[in-house]
Amino acid sequence: MESVLARAVTHALVGIEARAVEVEAHLQNGVPAFAIVGLPDKACQEAKERVRSGITSAELEWPLRRITVNLAPAGLRKEGSGYDLPIALAVLAASRQVPPERLAEHAAVGELGLDGRLRPVPGVIVAAEAARRAGLRRLLCPHESAPEAALAGIEPVPLRHLAEAGAYLRGRYEPEPVEPAVPPSRNGSGPDLAEVRGQERARRALEIAAAGRHNVLLAGPPGTGKTMLARRLPGILPPLTLDEALEVTRIHSVAGVLPPSRPLVDRPPFRAPHHTASAAAVVGGGPGPRPGEVSLAHRGVLLLDELPEFHRPVLEALRQPLEDGCVAIARVAGQASFPARFMLVGTMNMCPCGARGDPSLECRCSPQKLAAYSAKLSRALLDRFDLVVAMPRSQARELDAPPGEASGVVRARVEPAAEAVREAKPRLGREGRELLARAVDALPLSARGRARVLRAAATVAALAGAATIEPAHVAEALSYRPPPDLAT
Amino acid sequence: MSYPVVSRGRTGYPPLLAELHDPPDRLYLRGGPASVLAEPSVAVVVARSCSSYGAQVAREISRELAAAGVVVVSGLARGIDGEAHRGALAAGGRTVAVLGCGIDRDYPRAHAHLAGRVAESGAVVSEYPPGVEPSPWRFPARNRIVAGLARATIVVEARERSGALITADFALELGREVFAVPGEITSSLSAGTNDLIRQGATPLLSADDVLGVLGLERPPPRPPADLSRDARALLGPLSELSRSLDELTRATGLDSARIAAALTELELGGLVAVADGVYRPTTGGRSLS
Repeated sequence: MESVLARAVTHALVGIEARAVEVEAHLQNGVPAFAIVGLPDKACQEAKERVRSGITSAELEWPLRRITVNLAPAGLRKEGSGYDLPIALAVLAASRQVPPERLAEHAAVGELGLDGRLRPVPGVIVAAEAARRAGLRRLLCPHESAPEAALAGIEPVPLRHLAEAGAYLRGRYEPEPVEPAVPPSRNGSGPDLAEVRGQERARRALEIAAAGRHNVLLAGPPGTGKTMLARRLPGILPPLTLDEALEVTRIHSVAGVLPPSRPLVDRPPFRAPHHTASAAAVVGGGPGPRPGEVSLAHRGVLLLDELPEFHRPVLEALRQPLEDGCVAIARVAGQASFPARFMLVGTMNMCPCGARGDPSLECRCSPQKLAAYSAKLSRALLDRFDLVVAMPRSQARELDAPPGEASGVVRARVEPAAEAVREAKPRLGREGRELLARAVDALPLSARGRARVLRAAATVAALAGAATIEPAHVAEALSYRPPPDLAT
Repeated sequence: MSYPVVSRGRTGYPPLLAELHDPPDRLYLRGGPASVLAEPSVAVVVARSCSSYGAQVAREISRELAAAGVVVVSGLARGIDGEAHRGALAAGGRTVAVLGCGIDRDYPRAHAHLAGRVAESGAVVSEYPPGVEPSPWRFPARNRIVAGLARATIVVEARERSGALITADFALELGREVFAVPGEITSSLSAGTNDLIRQGATPLLSADDVLGVLGLERPPPRPPADLSRDARALLGPLSELSRSLDELTRATGLDSARIAAALTELELGGLVAVADGVYRPTTGGRSLS
């Protein structure tokens, strides 16, 4: 028997895009050996051992010949374990254990266990979309990833074991069709605003923020409910449209954080990285660029709890995504762009010791420490917060306050206002303009500060159902400007 | 660059300063003219660490004194201590900053811009020639000039043994009036000022107390602004107690949006001031309620 060649099609992830990769398996006479070429990384290189054990465990035959697997295009770096299944299938096709022409009609992705079982890998939805665009009709994939693949409009072939793949390709096994993922019910998930008593001011600010997609900074002593409120913001945001949901799902899939039970992310995501997070973790990066927290929060909320405790480079790195709505990461190996259109919610104490704003405690921070604390937030970053809410601890008992409205009630007001802000943004009326001019003189208010107030005022008007921004709307928006001692 | 100098015994030397038992031989000036040093003036001193209450009172009192034509003297020290100067400048009034280092130094650096504005409106003065570095022992000496220049001294907030009390001691030695702003008896930031009151300092309740001592009158009050119903409704609860927006919501039954709008209206009218999310009426606001 002379040399034989067979091919399988799979996809490599480049950022959140997929590039088609052809897996060629070549069998020659000679000393038995197995080599993988075509710029595989460590995980991909180790496919050798998994593939060999997997094929044996599936009670198929490991060809005792000289095997070379090439991943083309050879210049593109191949990362991860998703190449296991296509490599195994190409080897099986080259040794004629499965029909090569039938394999060529499918794309394949998945990791193999030593016992031949298939395990899910990140980015299946992206690979599935690329396969569909390339005109392939079916995707061989791990059973758990099948609902995710189905979202891409391709017919997934859900497999539990490599033996099933072999049987399917030989036409001896037909897996059960996959139900297209039904969006789970929209209510009942996430914490509800009804659980928060009092805090009328902060609740109102969150409502404005949700309607106009404004960034919010909550400042107050510990224990006033800043984090508790911030966690309830996604619950009052309008639900994602199907296109938005698919976009978010792609990012979450590539990052490997998609729960298999809920393949479609149809609610605004909520991310809250710890303040020790690195810049690469927050904005994305790594040798083969991976999406960071800002991209995982795309179309949702990024909470930076204890904002001034974050490393300065992390905070500065946020400015570009906040401005552009995407993160461009350049690496020697290639470039990737991740969408990152998120709402930023920051919380902070009013001083490093946390006592300021609490009438029962006395702040012992020196002026130098205070200055250093607020200097952590650069002017440029502070400018991105349209709404700044001071939350002093109440002298009265907050628990006596009546329970607040439920998230659903607030969302019912937010949704039409959000649409008004998008479609027919309220315009500044003459009286509103006069009030704003007076504020610029009296407060003082910078040009950027004026623009911030105007943005917030438009949303306040939209929430009130007005087509014109009236003085009352401007006045309310002015009350959310940052305090002068923060604006150093 | 040379700086104007006024020397002891020559014309232009502030007569009040000469009453010190060790008056400086010469005073270097930035800004000027030197005649500003001879005008009725009041020292406003705040401890370096002060509460938002102290900062607001310092700014507020200085603004009202400056509006009545009084020159506000203070030390341009670090932190929120610049509030006295800022208050006077906000009223378009005049203010004098006394440095504890060479006249050419901007110390603290953070106040370089403020020092420039002070020099434009009034003067920055120092007994030290250009080039002298700031050092801790020079600050008490600076305080004697602050007390010496002013007809009266107001201590806004001071802990026990605070540097601000040194200024008060100098003023007492000179037989000048000393005012202390009463503070909460539980606050250690006001321990020094409350103690001054126990020793006989006049408690300062409004700028009128000081103006009376100087024989000046406050400019006729602004005609009450054309206030909205909501804004009027807030002045009552605010006059009892400084309050956060949420507390006002519960006290008035109005919703948060309307209260925020009304508070901005009051703030722009100079009737209410806000610090750390807590709203307090200004003297003007109290007179209306």
